[in-house]
Amino acid sequence: MINTAQTQALMLYVAKQVVASEPLLTEADLVIGDGDHGIGMERGFLAVIEMLEKEQLASVDKVFIKVGSTMMASMGGASGAIFGSFFRAGGKALKGTSDFDAKSLPVLIEAGLQSVMDRGGASPGDKTMIDAADMALQMSKTTSNESLESALSKVAEAAKQGVEATKSMIATTGKAKTLGERSLGHPDPGAITTAIIFKSMADFVKQGVAV
Amino acid sequence: MRIPKKLINDPSKVAKEQLEGLIAANHGRIQAIGDKGAVCVNPLPSPQVAIVTGGGSGHEPMFAGYLGPGLATAAACGDIFAAPPPGVILDAAQAADQGKGVLFVYGNYAGDNMNFDIAAELADDEDIETQTIRIWDDVASAPLSKIKERRGVAGDLFVLKIAGAAAAQGKSLGQVTEITAHARDCTRSVGVALSAGSIPQTGKYNFELPDDELEYGMGLHGEPGVSREKMASADTVVEQLLDRIIEDLPFVAGDKVCLLINNLGSSTVMELLIANRKVHSYLESKNIEVHDTLIGSYCTSQEMAGYSISLLKLDDTLTPLYDAPCHSFALRK
Ligand SMILES: Nc1ncnc2c1ncn2[C@@H]1O[C@H](COP(=O)(O)OP(=O)(O)OP(=O)(O)O)[C@@H](O)[C@H]1O
Ligand SMILES: [Mg+2]
Repeated sequence: MINTAQTQALMLYVAKQVVASEPLLTEADLVIGDGDHGIGMERGFLAVIEMLEKEQLASVDKVFIKVGSTMMASMGGASGAIFGSFFRAGGKALKGTSDFDAKSLPVLIEAGLQSVMDRGGASPGDKTMIDAADMALQMSKTTSNESLESALSKVAEAAKQGVEATKSMIATTGKAKTLGERSLGHPDPGAITTAIIFKSMADFVKQGVAV
Repeated sequence: MRIPKKLINDPSKVAKEQLEGLIAANHGRIQAIGDKGAVCVNPLPSPQVAIVTGGGSGHEPMFAGYLGPGLATAAACGDIFAAPPPGVILDAAQAADQGKGVLFVYGNYAGDNMNFDIAAELADDEDIETQTIRIWDDVASAPLSKIKERRGVAGDLFVLKIAGAAAAQGKSLGQVTEITAHARDCTRSVGVALSAGSIPQTGKYNFELPDDELEYGMGLHGEPGVSREKMASADTVVEQLLDRIIEDLPFVAGDKVCLLINNLGSSTVMELLIANRKVHSYLESKNIEVHDTLIGSYCTSQEMAGYSISLLKLDDTLTPLYDAPCHSFALRK
């Protein structure tokens, strides 16, 4: 379990990891999309870094809500609406929480995912970030009695499997949609980002903040 | 490997700097709203429904090049090829609204749809009434049975022209929306690409096309298209493009159309004119009358080579609106 300040530090770490992944994400979106996903995520998380380094947020829910609204305001693109909605709605579901633990995870992911599906109309199987987030959600439901470190490492692994699964899917939304069957064999860029987010959370907690 | 060459400054500032250049080119007739990509005509016209458009930058002169009397009122410009965030769209809507409501008119892409929808919710919080028309003129991007999944390309111009003219006549939001939807439903486009464009920030081509191939149905964001074929003569390519457009609406003998041959970026005026020669003879052979012809760079995709052809089918409602005067950076009548 981590407290509010640690959660803020966790999201700062996540933001830096995603920013560092820009070339990889650009590469993935060049293959099946329009090549702007990495730049968009970089723009959003740079704004998040600036915000988190300046502000001291009052509770765990506020950390995620503010991360989401900062992304929504700064990014644009499909991913600005998608990832912004994910963190905003996920944060709102944790209202009043001052400790982030393995029980918070399914709450965060479930509400975030629901809002992404409401906003964009996509479902699991459509080759989007939803496929990674959904695998993460299913895993987080089974690990809610474990330590945060153990839960996050399993959730991150599940998200990664979600990325793998998108390789055999045909895109039906976003800029990759027009590719149809040509998108087969390639992972979805937004799913990769989702896996990086959970992997970074897991790494941060493993590096021994507190458990 | 070939590397894209562009004369730019800071790659992360291209969207901002092109907009500053566009504003300067308008000599005070449009102004920035905030510093995040919203622009609005200045001064506002006599009270009328506001036409607010927008989308990713990088398609210049689309979208902000079409602000002015008889055209769009305000635009929200995102980063290169990325939909603008909701706050920027709201900035544009608030600046343009004169209490008669706002019509959002933009190309049908997941990113634009979501961000404009969020903006519509934010506008509602501010008591601004909005309606939305998404443009889906690209026949190559999905079958007719799934028309709502098609992308918006250069045909956006025709739809904006009609929307702006209808708003300038003082029609209600409901009427402007209905007429704009009708214009959208009468517009079809399809493109062909010969070589790729590149996003300044990545400094890479968005895809590779072999020297001896072309691609039909290429997306405006450099998304790969639907079919790749060997290079062919201009007449053959134009015929292929028109066959797809004609059968889709369908356009039939006796129809009157407006024609747009749009440069995707780096094709030559010579090629566009050679295409136009064939388009006119093709349409004449089908007994379709061309009411007006636009040729040039109206909706681009960086340095992509190739062009798109768009047709707007006119009728008694659309003809006078199309012929109505307008003034903007990139379209004047
Ligand atoms: N409807 C949707 N629901 C969930 N995720 C989506 C949806 N549409 C796109 N995505 C995610 O967004 C990612 C692409 O983000 P990106 O910002 O590059 O979008 P885009 O479609 O290129 O739009 P834009 O060019 O406006 O940014 C995809 O890999 C996918 O995971
Ligand atoms: Mg993209």
